[in-house]
Amino acid sequence: MLDSNTGLSDKSAIDIEKIRRDFPVLSQTVHGKPLVYLDNGATTHKPQCVIERVRKFDAEEYGTVRRGSYKMSEQATLRYEEARQKVAEFFGTPDRKEIVFTSGTTQAINLVAYSYGRKFVNSGDEIIISNIEHHANTVPWQVLCEEKGAKLKVIPVNDDGELVMEEYEKLLSDKTRIVAVNHISNALGTINPVKEIIRKGHEAGAKVLIDGAQSSPHMKVDVKDLDCDFYTFSGHKMYAPSGIGGLYGKMDVWESMVPYVTGGDMIMQVTLEKTTYAKPPARFEAGTPPITQVIGMGAAIDYITGIGMDNIFEYETSLLEYGTGLLQEIDGLRIIGNAKEKASIISFVLDAAHPHDVGSMLDQDGIAVRGGHHCAQPTMIRFGVPATTRASMTFYNKHEELDVLAESIRKVIKLFS
Amino acid sequence: MSYDNELYQQVILDHNRNPKNFREIKNATHHCHGINPLCGDDMTVYMDVDSEQGVIRDISFVGTGCAISKASSSLMTAYLKGKTLDETRIIFDEFHKMVLGEMDPEKQEHHLGKLKLFRGIREYPSRTKCASLAWHTMIGALDKKSEEISTE
Repeated sequence: MLDSNTGLSDKSAIDIEKIRRDFPVLSQTVHGKPLVYLDNGATTHKPQCVIERVRKFDAEEYGTVRRGSYKMSEQATLRYEEARQKVAEFFGTPDRKEIVFTSGTTQAINLVAYSYGRKFVNSGDEIIISNIEHHANTVPWQVLCEEKGAKLKVIPVNDDGELVMEEYEKLLSDKTRIVAVNHISNALGTINPVKEIIRKGHEAGAKVLIDGAQSSPHMKVDVKDLDCDFYTFSGHKMYAPSGIGGLYGKMDVWESMVPYVTGGDMIMQVTLEKTTYAKPPARFEAGTPPITQVIGMGAAIDYITGIGMDNIFEYETSLLEYGTGLLQEIDGLRIIGNAKEKASIISFVLDAAHPHDVGSMLDQDGIAVRGGHHCAQPTMIRFGVPATTRASMTFYNKHEELDVLAESIRKVIKLFS
Repeated sequence: MSYDNELYQQVILDHNRNPKNFREIKNATHHCHGINPLCGDDMTVYMDVDSEQGVIRDISFVGTGCAISKASSSLMTAYLKGKTLDETRIIFDEFHKMVLGEMDPEKQEHHLGKLKLFRGIREYPSRTKCASLAWHTMIGALDKKSEEISTE
């Protein structure tokens, strides 16, 4: 039955019932209804193995890292660096020193804007972003441009929400210092042709940052194959604790950069006259890091790697296709973002009701979706809507949950019409 | 299969569909632009105030927002038309306290009339600003605030 609905073969590597048992939160009810959690683009829930790893680490293994000369600290440091190694391998680099931990993608992009941008961007230079970026990949560049007298240029999108690559090529010049675009748009689900964007950016002599907040949990990423200069991620969107994330950067680029936050742990030597900085990644990780969260991040990567990123992507694509089909049948519903290459995010508007009302109404049926501008107001302006309702699916969602969503949307339309 | 919540009562749905005073006032004596930066709700409140009598002769709004903000604006304008400025400030204060859950119109004296139907919003903290945007914007207009009013 499920197979004919979903197009998934019997051999689908995802055993959905088994996976759902791994996530304790999924057995909850909300307003007396089973929770249908479709706000994974905002944040994801944690499997029991991550929850348990964090608990065990705090209970038995916790200690300060890179400081103590006693066993507990040495062991904690070992675990911490093991987690960094897991992150490095997950993103396709053998060198864990190319991974810097931050609180998440927002801080990661700010780090690059400050540590690279402040040093290498000057008056008259140009930075390129796209029209479908999260505010986290917009505002840091606006601030940098204002400070330096540089110019921010924007790659336009077509009506399906795809970047217009011919226009991108026209924007590139020898003035371009940085190109910063997302791999997957959080508001529309568009998967951008980042490999081509990176190659063309490099041809113009620019450094290229990819905001991977939405892609890293859902598809295989290989930074060496992409050849990007920076690739950011957020742990809480990858089934890890909140407060941890970071970015990959090429070692020679890291080495050229100045510190972002200064203080303890990022130094080589401090005298009252002069400080020399530590090598990357320590140079960019001042202060005691979120140790437990990093351990949780490592456990989350083990978990999704165990399922397999290709299996995850295949399964989520079947959710996207199934959900898109269901929602397209609803009169008075319009999907915003119809890119050919798309991740499991469906953004939509109803003629009858505003996204905030849709969100509150669906909540009554136990469905968690995001209603709003998704921290992507320039995207909303481009598509002429103040906000959208966004259902963002992941591998622990069932196809049946999208039936519940569609049914609940029909009820909203009926009530508000 | 009913949506049993105080949020979307019939009155609110009706005012959302057919808001009252959803228009500009030409030659308004007061106006103000209000936004809710969290959700992007955006509205302008216009007022025609008789300054000698201290009475609101006319009040209206335009903008985009959810059903709660639209219905709240509609009901506010309908209720305040003809009220004195002193009454208006008392009503604003009571409405604000009610949606924050600091005043219960079922238990305390008030001057809110049918506006008390927004009492239920206290159960939905993420939505209280939808209900109060129009009110903050109206007070901003009265206070001749030149900058934008924000719910944040």
